[in-house]
Amino acid sequence: MKKNYSFKIYTCLLYFFLYAPILVMIFLSFNKSKTATVFKGFSLKWYKELFRDQVTIEALKNTLLLAILSAMVATLLGTVTAIGISFYRKKWFQNSVMFVTNIPMLNPDIVTGISLMLLFVFAGSVMGLKTPLGFGTLLIAHITFNLPYVILSVLPKLRQVDPHLQEAAEDLGCTPFKAFIKVVLPSVYSGIVTGFMMSFTLSLDDFVISYFTNGTFNTLPIRIYSMTKQRVTPDMYALSTLIFLTVLILLILINVSQAKGEKKKKETEIIN
Amino acid sequence: MNGSFKTKTKNKNKGLKLSSPYLVWSLIFIVIPLFMVLYYAFTTENGTFTLENIKGLASLDVLNSLLISVLYAAIATLLSLILAYPLAYYMSTVSKISQRTMIMLAMLPMWMNLLIRTYSLMLILENNGIINNILKALNLPKAQLINTPGAVILGMIYNFLPYMILPIYSIMTKFDYSVLEAANDLGANGFQRFKRIILPMSMPGVISGITMVFVPSVSTFYISQKLGGAKTMLIGDMIERKFQGEVNYNVGASLSLILMVLILISMAIMNKFSGDEEQEVLM
Repeated sequence: MKKNYSFKIYTCLLYFFLYAPILVMIFLSFNKSKTATVFKGFSLKWYKELFRDQVTIEALKNTLLLAILSAMVATLLGTVTAIGISFYRKKWFQNSVMFVTNIPMLNPDIVTGISLMLLFVFAGSVMGLKTPLGFGTLLIAHITFNLPYVILSVLPKLRQVDPHLQEAAEDLGCTPFKAFIKVVLPSVYSGIVTGFMMSFTLSLDDFVISYFTNGTFNTLPIRIYSMTKQRVTPDMYALSTLIFLTVLILLILINVSQAKGEKKKKETEIIN
Repeated sequence: MNGSFKTKTKNKNKGLKLSSPYLVWSLIFIVIPLFMVLYYAFTTENGTFTLENIKGLASLDVLNSLLISVLYAAIATLLSLILAYPLAYYMSTVSKISQRTMIMLAMLPMWMNLLIRTYSLMLILENNGIINNILKALNLPKAQLINTPGAVILGMIYNFLPYMILPIYSIMTKFDYSVLEAANDLGANGFQRFKRIILPMSMPGVISGITMVFVPSVSTFYISQKLGGAKTMLIGDMIERKFQGEVNYNVGASLSLILMVLILISMAIMNKFSGDEEQEVLM
């Protein structure tokens, strides 16, 4: 009992450590004064300033566009690849594909970023382009680091599917494609959604790889980086607070829906 | 017999066809870029072969950067492990609802951008930041917190601690706690239960946690820029400067090459360690 108590205190302290800087930032976003050290009363003026900042709004739009596009392409390509890998059941083939897939996950971001940058710069100089870096290269980079996460979340689900089910559907008159849509896809659907969500959030959050492959194309993390290069104005705190609240609400929603799903599952189990 | 052989070859061809776009993609955008690093590291600006970039790695500056990068990252990883382990253990023992809430709270800061988290930590540690203001209010002398090695290590722990908590926790939720009860019944004390059962069973989680904290720590440049001041030059800082400041891709590539080699060596050492431990457990 006493032991449990000390674990609880320990947990609270650790969470305090994780949250203190974020709370400080939220607090400062409502501060009237410009300097971070003096509190001069509650104000929403930094939020107003933030929405008037065209460069930041533009960067936000760019980031969302990039995240949606790269997540969609990566999910499509990654799912097709996972299906391909599950068909070709040769050990050497699966091992070598998985080895290559693991490279971007094990390599530090800075190495992935600069290796892609060197490729783009090299290809650009061969093709005679002056500025090869831009939205296109950024999109390629994001798809590249998203792909492994999609493949690794779809592949295990595919391995759980009984291959005879597809054959049975084909024997019963489905075309292979229809059999796939009706039989295999529903059982791997959750893996595809996980892959997409992971890609989307990774792409939203990425700074290091974007920093080396973006050229002059501005994304939100890159905008935040250039804001923090000098002393920042509190509209960056306002931006961070808004990001924090968005993530908080999304996580709560996901959790609630998961908890509901589990409860339902339990209930049906009991009935059965 | 004949039919199943036919479907097998059909499947093989279909598999190859479906995965070929990705194979081409990963060849161009994963494998070739790594060779580009090699190519730039061994050539001059004009593209002629040289060993100068690699020889340059033996300078005192580079060696010093490598040394402190590994040292800081190793300390941060070790401290993260010590901090995360009891929390992950405790989390796996509480009710399902509490587990869900606690894991959500541990993940939430991870979805905040690293830049924002590091910057807010800077606000707390600054010379006229929150902590020093509190000290001032208490009539205590000012403390130099920012621009110290401690601040950089704290920044690494703060940013990457969730990466240590999550894998250890997910291994521990799969524990069969009846084994612990059995050990208890057979007379094992708390320490023995920890050493013989909990620690070996959680080893896979610990190892992936170590990797997930060490790799981003050893290669960071933003944390050291914001919390370490100008005099802290990690290997990541050096690479960043070569690519974004001085625009010397060839030297930058050789630095990245050494960073990759460094990480491979660290992984190999760690795998050896964990392999030994597993053997010990078997004995």
